Amino acid sequence: MFIAMECIALPDLALRGRMKLKHGVRFSSCTPKVCIVGSGPAGFYTAQHLLKVNPTHQNVHVDIYERLPVPFGLVRFGVAPDHPEVKNVINTFTQTAKHSRCRFYGNVNVGKDVSVGELKQAYHAVVLSYGAEGNRSMGVPGEGLAGVYSAKDFVGWYNGHPSCRELNPDLNCETAVILGQGNVALDVARVLLSPIDILKKTDITQPALEALVRSQIRRVLIVGRRGPVQVACTIKELREMVNLPGTKSEMVEADFDGVTEALKDLPRPRKRLTELLLKTALDTPGDKEQQRRHQASRTWGFRFFRSPSEVLADADGNKTVGIRLAVTRLEGSGEGARAVLTGEVEDVTCGLVISSIGYKSHPIDPSVPFDTRRAVIPNTMGRVKQATGLYCSGWLKTGPTGVIATTMNNSFDTARSLVEDMESEALDLSSVKTGSEVISALLEERGVKSVSFSDWEKIDSVEMSRGEASGKTRTWSRRETILLL
Amino acid sequence: MAAAAAVRSSMGLTLRLSRAIPDCSSCPLNRLKSCGVNPQSRGSFESFRTMNRHLQTSIGLCHSEEGSSNAEDPEDVVNVVYIDRSGQRIPVKAKVGDNVLYLAHKHGIDLEGACEASLACSTCHVYVNAEHFDKLPDPAEREDDMLDMAPMLQENSRLGCQIILTPELDGIELTLPKITRNFYVDGHVPKPH
Repeated sequence: MFIAMECIALPDLALRGRMKLKHGVRFSSCTPKVCIVGSGPAGFYTAQHLLKVNPTHQNVHVDIYERLPVPFGLVRFGVAPDHPEVKNVINTFTQTAKHSRCRFYGNVNVGKDVSVGELKQAYHAVVLSYGAEGNRSMGVPGEGLAGVYSAKDFVGWYNGHPSCRELNPDLNCETAVILGQGNVALDVARVLLSPIDILKKTDITQPALEALVRSQIRRVLIVGRRGPVQVACTIKELREMVNLPGTKSEMVEADFDGVTEALKDLPRPRKRLTELLLKTALDTPGDKEQQRRHQASRTWGFRFFRSPSEVLADADGNKTVGIRLAVTRLEGSGEGARAVLTGEVEDVTCGLVISSIGYKSHPIDPSVPFDTRRAVIPNTMGRVKQATGLYCSGWLKTGPTGVIATTMNNSFDTARSLVEDMESEALDLSSVKTGSEVISALLEERGVKSVSFSDWEKIDSVEMSRGEASGKTRTWSRRETILLL
Repeated sequence: MAAAAAVRSSMGLTLRLSRAIPDCSSCPLNRLKSCGVNPQSRGSFESFRTMNRHLQTSIGLCHSEEGSSNAEDPEDVVNVVYIDRSGQRIPVKAKVGDNVLYLAHKHGIDLEGACEASLACSTCHVYVNAEHFDKLPDPAEREDDMLDMAPMLQENSRLGCQIILTPELDGIELTLPKITRNFYVDGHVPKPH
């Protein structure tokens, strides 16, 4: 039987795929080995799809590399502690990780411990799905003052992200201002104002819970540069704010001029959201609601048509005492409306400023094309442009917005492009790739200790049993503890 | 996914063993008052509550998955057709009380259920054929809220995890939305998160 020369070069026959005789045409293909960088929803959904398929009659092997010692990305560190159902998807991802053809390698920093080029040599294809670990900055004076935080760091702090443990935000002020009106902004507002009784039943970190017990914050303003029809949050999160026990809303009626008239042309999701917003802002409350508001000790509200222009410091120039907001007006309408400065400003007294204006992806390897303006990897249907064997999925592919369902579709889409390429031979599967064998050896040489999925399961059970001992769902491990286990 | 279904069964066993209290508020069986679990007997779970952990159980646990769709009683049979993303029709013999999401898993149909029927995602989004769409009870506000986030929402969209089969749904056809291959090509506007 004729055997392709590339395959016969290797001594270990077991590494090669079976030879297929198809319609009289002989061809060889080797076990496809794919490497995925990033173990959040994008990485796992891409893996899930690849493990299911059987292109060129060969089962795909998938290795997932993750920078942190623990998997799951934003599902673990980004989902609010009072939204545990959203984390149920971890069960699906766990099944994927434990699949016989899937391996997890935590504590491996791609770009630093191993390069994308080295991964490309070791695997037939590399999928980049490391998401957005940075955040957009406001770019205003005073942004570096004590009392100013990115939502990414603030959320990381109450969610146990190893690099946010020492944030220690000062919550000894009455008013907090959040810039941005997406779901992350609402999560932060809700955590700042939730009754402690509710928070203590969640898996919020202990230091955050203690800080919130001591917190003096009674008022949270959620500020956006456009209007009510442009808010980026979704109705579930808005409803949670409206129904938050012990709180009442305060909005500026004038901000809603013309909104009722705009309702009829809106698509269903936007329409329902705007209706709830209008009702909250404008409706005269009934007796029961009046009473509830009367008893509320905390307030929250949206402020529209305001854009940060400076964070104001105290006399010593160290601490935040307020924020200067530029007044805007809208040009155009609907999703495409733009905020334009009017020249007016408004100062708001506050001691805590949280900027929640978007996460941001970073380039991790100079060999990978990167669009710095949009902060994504340029691609067509998940295939990285001007590269072969390189793919991307998740926020890195489409920008940092989207819920689990969006990321799932996005990742399945990339996986399908990859599979198409395997079947059409646009992706070269003719040479054997040794995948993790080669990479593990490299990592060992470089003194990098990777964390396996079963190592993670040990960490997981320790976290949970420690948590149970102190009446919580879990405790959150330090990086060092994880690596010692 | 068959694998996810296996996790769910084993999770179900764990939760039953640990006597976790189910969260009935997101379960359509509760709304339809057709839940088989006796509310009185739930009280006996109190003393075994897992410490401080209000587990968000999936409704598949309230509904008995054992004794599945091998319907003995012909009156109990509900014929369902799933139309998968490639357009393939997959007829399934189900029974009254079956949950459309878990039924799909049982038959290896690719309907994801990321939040495990907790009304916290929209991955089990399906289109219901016109004839049967109106026979479904109206969605709860929470389901509508999650549907709002589903890509490619249509008039006949519902969340699969909230559809419980009744005799009048015999012949229902559920189409899985195609995964759009047009990210950013068609002027797609990024969705909120």
